[in-house]
Amino acid sequence: MFSEELEKISWKETTEKIFAKKDSDVRRALAKENCDVEDFMALISPAAQPYLEQMAFLSRKYTQERFGKTMSMFIPLYLTNSCTNSCVYCGFHISNPMARTILTPEQMEDEFKAIKKLGPFENLLMVTGENPVKAGVPYLAKALDIAKKYFANLKIEVMPLKAEEYAELVTHGLNGVICFQETYNRERYKIYHPRGMKSNFEWRVNGFDRMGMAGVHSIGMGVLIGLEEWHTDVTMMAYHLRYLRKKYWRTKYSVNFPRMRPAENGGFTPNVIMSDKELAQLTFAMRIFDHDVDISYSTRETPEFRDNMATLGVTTMSAESKTEPGGYYTYPQALEQFHVSDERTALQVTSKLKELGIEPVWKDWDSSFDCYLK
Amino acid sequence: MKTLTIAGRDFSSRLFLGTGKFSSNRLMKEAIAASGTQMVTMAMKRVELEDKEDDLLTHIITPSIQLLPNTSGVRTAQEAVFAAKMAREAFGTNWLKLEIHPDPKYLLPDSIETLKATEELVKLGFVVLPYCQADPTLCKHLEEAGAATVMPLGAPIGTNKGLRTLDFLKIIIEQANVPVIVDAGIGAPSHAAQAMELGADACLVNTAIAVAADPVEMAIAFKEAVIAGRRAYEAGLGAVSSDFTASASSPLTAFLNN
Repeated sequence: MFSEELEKISWKETTEKIFAKKDSDVRRALAKENCDVEDFMALISPAAQPYLEQMAFLSRKYTQERFGKTMSMFIPLYLTNSCTNSCVYCGFHISNPMARTILTPEQMEDEFKAIKKLGPFENLLMVTGENPVKAGVPYLAKALDIAKKYFANLKIEVMPLKAEEYAELVTHGLNGVICFQETYNRERYKIYHPRGMKSNFEWRVNGFDRMGMAGVHSIGMGVLIGLEEWHTDVTMMAYHLRYLRKKYWRTKYSVNFPRMRPAENGGFTPNVIMSDKELAQLTFAMRIFDHDVDISYSTRETPEFRDNMATLGVTTMSAESKTEPGGYYTYPQALEQFHVSDERTALQVTSKLKELGIEPVWKDWDSSFDCYLK
Repeated sequence: MKTLTIAGRDFSSRLFLGTGKFSSNRLMKEAIAASGTQMVTMAMKRVELEDKEDDLLTHIITPSIQLLPNTSGVRTAQEAVFAAKMAREAFGTNWLKLEIHPDPKYLLPDSIETLKATEELVKLGFVVLPYCQADPTLCKHLEEAGAATVMPLGAPIGTNKGLRTLDFLKIIIEQANVPVIVDAGIGAPSHAAQAMELGADACLVNTAIAVAADPVEMAIAFKEAVIAGRRAYEAGLGAVSSDFTASASSPLTAFLNN
């Protein structure tokens, strides 16, 4: 399990190492075909800032080699904002006195139909808070069964599950799981996640092993930028990604770098701010480090930034997202989890991509393949 | 230099030797000693199993050397399992280099039979080191079957052509959770050094040493090349010359300066 590997890596020493990287370390990393985590540290370090253009060039080259000039399109659907956790930065946390919604099967159908009117979406990401009683595995299984009638590829972003629960959901058509570790800083993790299941660091960080063991096709990772020193957090994620790749080699991987936005619950002020320039540097570094990993940008990012980065390393985008449950049809005015910066329609986003010479890919999976998983 | 561990046994030398093709057993013995190797493979078919004074064997056995019997000559998984049991009996070791090559011309390993035999031999308690194609997916399957190492080929055996499978070896090394030993095709010390620089855990060499004009000198050359390559890998190789100077114009990233 990865928690054992993580124990061998010191947070403090890793941070010091990153900030001690020199010009020669960056140049060595740029000249390598296969970078290790040490090289990745050099590429995200301040020493690499003068090399942004070269990094962008390499990132674009590797991206085109592996993904071509395409962009995979997906859309999220929040099934519920009901949550038993109290993550200090999240608007859905338990003590926030807000209306809680759990979509019924009928409402899900309405949402799916409404999404289909926005564009030919086939990649759906279903998101929940953590409420195992009201929105647990049977609820998710039901949601997958219904969604499969409308979408070819189904991912979930929910609380970490047991391996056998992931395996069960696979038989209901689950193709991928996204889970954000939020932070790999074990000591500080507890401060942000004081209660609920999510307060257990090991359970969360080893969730990725359980996904791998269950044979989930695609695993999505992420750290929440805004909690801890981001350089160190993404380096830990790079270690984690390498570890998972070696162990669960049949699985596809994706990474996200969500930058924290002010939440709706009266405001958690991010501890760390990442500039556009830094996010670009990190994106290039990740692509140079891992040529195959899917790099996903959500509508948290602005239209201008998404358009500019679309040719330089990003391979998956959402569009016209609503981050509140039932936001497409049932409850268009409900409280959103985070503020969307790119408010363009799916059509506007994809027209712009085409203008940039990028083909939006809506469908890259067929649900008929799923029958072999049962 | 880091110690290499295979199935719980430590090796300070990362060069392994084969014992075929030497012009005499005496010369072979000297080459083994000069190479500093701690693991030597020999074809079970070449040894007189009943004869404790077998000439080949008596020239190999020393306390510091791990014997690695190989199944060269077998053509199927079934034959390999049979040969392995014979070898365990005769040599008193459960270590085994699994070689299955039904084709007598190029002696290329049979991937399907090799995987089958590995699965079975692991269940029977063998420490299995399979000689295999430089096929990354096969190597992952062998690893999952419980192989102690994988031994992908650099080029067809005996050809001295070097690392013709370079791109695939790189992927195998990147993905492996078990030691990667490059076996077959290594024809010169520079090839061995190259494999070690890439991050291979060890090299197995036979023909290049056995048929050299001076096998003992060549054994020393390989010993030094393997050490040099490994040291370079652990030290972190420098950048290949390329022009990564910051340029004044930045067409791709100008938007970040707005």
